[in-house]
Amino acid sequence: MLSTVLPYLLSGISVGGQYALIAIGYTMVYGILRLINFAHGDVFMVAGILMVYITASGAPLYVSIPLVLVTTALIGFAIERVAYKPLRSAPRMSIMISAIGVSYTLQNLVLYITGGLNQFYPSIPFISDTVTIGTTSTRMVTIVTPILTLLLVIALVMLINHTKIGMAMRAVSKDFETSRLMGIKINSVISVTFVIGSFLAAVGSILYFTNYSTVIQTSGSMPGLKAFVAAVFGGIGSVPGAVVGAFIIGICENLIKGLDTILVKAGISTKMFGFTTFSDAFTFALLIIILIVKPTGLFGEKQTDKV
Amino acid sequence: MNTASLTAKPRKKLDRATVIAIGVIFAIYALAFVLEQVIPSTSMLFTVLKKGATYALVAVSMNLLNGFTGLFSLGQAGFMLIGAYTYAVFTIPVAQRMSVYQYYNGGVIQFTLPVLVAIALAGVFAALFAFLIGLPVLRLKSDYLAIATLGFAEIIRAIFQWDKLGVVTNGSNLLRLFPTFNDFNIKDASGNVTLHLSTLIPFLIAGVCILFIVMLINSSYGRAFKAIRDDETAAEAMGINLPRHKMIAFCTSSFFAGVGGAMLAMYQNSVQAKYFTTSMTYEILLIVVIGGIGSVTGSCISSFLFVACSEWWLRFLDQEQTINGWQVPLLRNGFRLVVFSLIIMAVVLFFRKGIMGTRELPDLFRRRKPSGKGGAKA
Repeated sequence: MLSTVLPYLLSGISVGGQYALIAIGYTMVYGILRLINFAHGDVFMVAGILMVYITASGAPLYVSIPLVLVTTALIGFAIERVAYKPLRSAPRMSIMISAIGVSYTLQNLVLYITGGLNQFYPSIPFISDTVTIGTTSTRMVTIVTPILTLLLVIALVMLINHTKIGMAMRAVSKDFETSRLMGIKINSVISVTFVIGSFLAAVGSILYFTNYSTVIQTSGSMPGLKAFVAAVFGGIGSVPGAVVGAFIIGICENLIKGLDTILVKAGISTKMFGFTTFSDAFTFALLIIILIVKPTGLFGEKQTDKV
Repeated sequence: MNTASLTAKPRKKLDRATVIAIGVIFAIYALAFVLEQVIPSTSMLFTVLKKGATYALVAVSMNLLNGFTGLFSLGQAGFMLIGAYTYAVFTIPVAQRMSVYQYYNGGVIQFTLPVLVAIALAGVFAALFAFLIGLPVLRLKSDYLAIATLGFAEIIRAIFQWDKLGVVTNGSNLLRLFPTFNDFNIKDASGNVTLHLSTLIPFLIAGVCILFIVMLINSSYGRAFKAIRDDETAAEAMGINLPRHKMIAFCTSSFFAGVGGAMLAMYQNSVQAKYFTTSMTYEILLIVVIGGIGSVTGSCISSFLFVACSEWWLRFLDQEQTINGWQVPLLRNGFRLVVFSLIIMAVVLFFRKGIMGTRELPDLFRRRKPSGKGGAKA
C-alpha cells in the first residue's frame, strides 16, 4: 500500500514546495497592495526561459543561477514600477486589469522570442540526479525542494519579524494610509515586496522546471493560479499560511492524479475512473469551498469591512 | 451592431441623436449584406466580421456584469464552453454521429435539434450553470469573486474533458460536422451559392441579443444594477434586493456568453474544451477595457478592432519585410502579438476610459451639454 502511495506523496511534497515559493509572492503583494498579481505566474515562467537562454549562451551554473535570480527580481521590480505604480490611486479593478495585461504581454513576448516551441530546461547537476527512497526512485530535487523551501521561508519570516523593512511591510499591510502618514516610504516597501516575491518565484522555477524539463509561454499560468489558490487557502497575507496551503494543494493534487492506481492496487475498486482529469479542478473546488466556509483562510486575520 | 439606447424611453418620442444612431446601425447591417454579395467570401473581411460579431456579444455580456453591475467575474470562458458544447452536441446530424463519436460508439444522443433551438438551449444551459454557481459564489466580494468564477471555469473545463462523460461530450476529442455559419448561405440545386447570408446571420443573432441587453440596462433592473455598482450598501438601503439582482445580472450575462459560445462554435467549425482557457476570458476582458467599461457601443467597436488587428491588420508584422532592399528588423512570427499587447498596455495605463468611456452611440450625435455626461455618473 505504502509503496503505491509513496511516489505520489513524494512528488506532492516536492510540487507543494515549489507552489509555496510562488505563493509567497502572491500573498505578500496581496497583503500590501490588495492586488491579485496575475502576472506573477508569468514572472515564474520568464525565470524558466531566462535559465534556458543563459545556459544556452554557455554560462556555467555558478554564473547562470545567480544571474537568473537577480534578473527575475529586477523584472518583478520593473513590472511594479511600469504597470502598477501609475495606477496606485485608481480603482482596484484597474490595477487587476493592468496585471492581466502584463501577463498577456509577458506571454506574447516569450512566444515571440521562443517561436512558441517547447524549450528544454538545462539539467542541473546534483538536483537532477536520481535517488532511491525505499522502493521508489525519484530525483534529488524532490528531496531538496521541501528543505530549501522551509529554509527560505524561515529566513523570510525572520526578515519580516525582525528587521526594519519587515516592520514597515507589516505596517503597510495593516494600514496603507496611516503608515504613509508615519513616514514610511511606501514605494520602496512595495518594490522590496515585489523583488522578494520574484526572487522566490525564480528559485521555485529552477526547482519546478528541473522536474518538468520543458518551458513554454503558457507554463506559468497553471502553477501561478494554483499558488494563488494556496495563498487564499492559507489565509491571504500570511506567509506561513501560504506555505501550508501550498503543501496541502500539492499533495492532494498528486494523490488525485494517482487515485485510480491507488484504488485499484488497494483492491477497493477494479475500474479506472479517470480522476486524473480532475487534478487541476480539485484545486479550484478546494478554493471555492474555503471561500464559502472560511473566507479568511486557515491562518488569515479577520477583517471587518468599513462602509 | 450597436443598438444602444434604442429603447431608453419607449414612451417618449425618440430624439434626433437616437434616430441617427438607429440609422447608422441599419446602414452597417445593409453594408454588411451588400459587401457579402460583392466581395469573394474568402476575404479576411468576413472572418473578422463573423468573429467580431461573436466577440461583440460575449464582450457586451461581460460588460453587463463587470461594467454595469460591478461584479468582477472571470468565468466567461466557462460559460462559452457550455454554450459551444450544448450547441454542438445537439446539432450534429444523426448520420454523422458515428464518425464524430468514433471512440464512444456514436454517443448517446441520437437526435438533432433545429439550429435556433440549439442556440437558445446553449444560452439556457449556461444560465442554469450560472444559477447553480451563483448561489454560493455571488456572496463573495470583488477579487475573491473573480478568482472563484475563474476557478469554476476551470472546473467546467475539466468536467467536459472527463472520459466518463465522453458519450455526451466526446471526452477530450473534437466535436465537429455540425451546422456552421456557411450553412446559412442559400444555395441552388447545383450547390452554387445564390445568396450569401453567412455574415448577416451572426450579425443578426448578436444584434438581437445585444438589443435585449441594452433594453435590460435601460429598464428598472438596469438602474438597480448601476446602483449596486456605485454603492452596494446605499443600494441595499434604497430597497434593492442585492442577491436577487446580482443573480439576474449573473445569469443574463452567462446566458448570452453561452449564446456567444454557440456562435464561436459555428465560426470555428469545431469545438474542443482545451481552447476555452482563462486566456480567452482575459482577451474578452481586455476588449471590454479597450472599449470602455460601461459602454455597450465601446465593447462592440473594440471587439471588431481587436479581432481585425489580431487576425488581419497586424498580420504584416509576422512576415519578414524588405523596404527598398532594407530588411526591417524584428519582424517575424509572433511580433504582431507583442505589438498588440504593448498597445493594450498603453490603453490600460494611459487611456483608462477606453474608446468610448461610458458614452453610447447616440451620445456621439448629441451636442455636448455644459454639465456633460460625467455629471450624471458621478
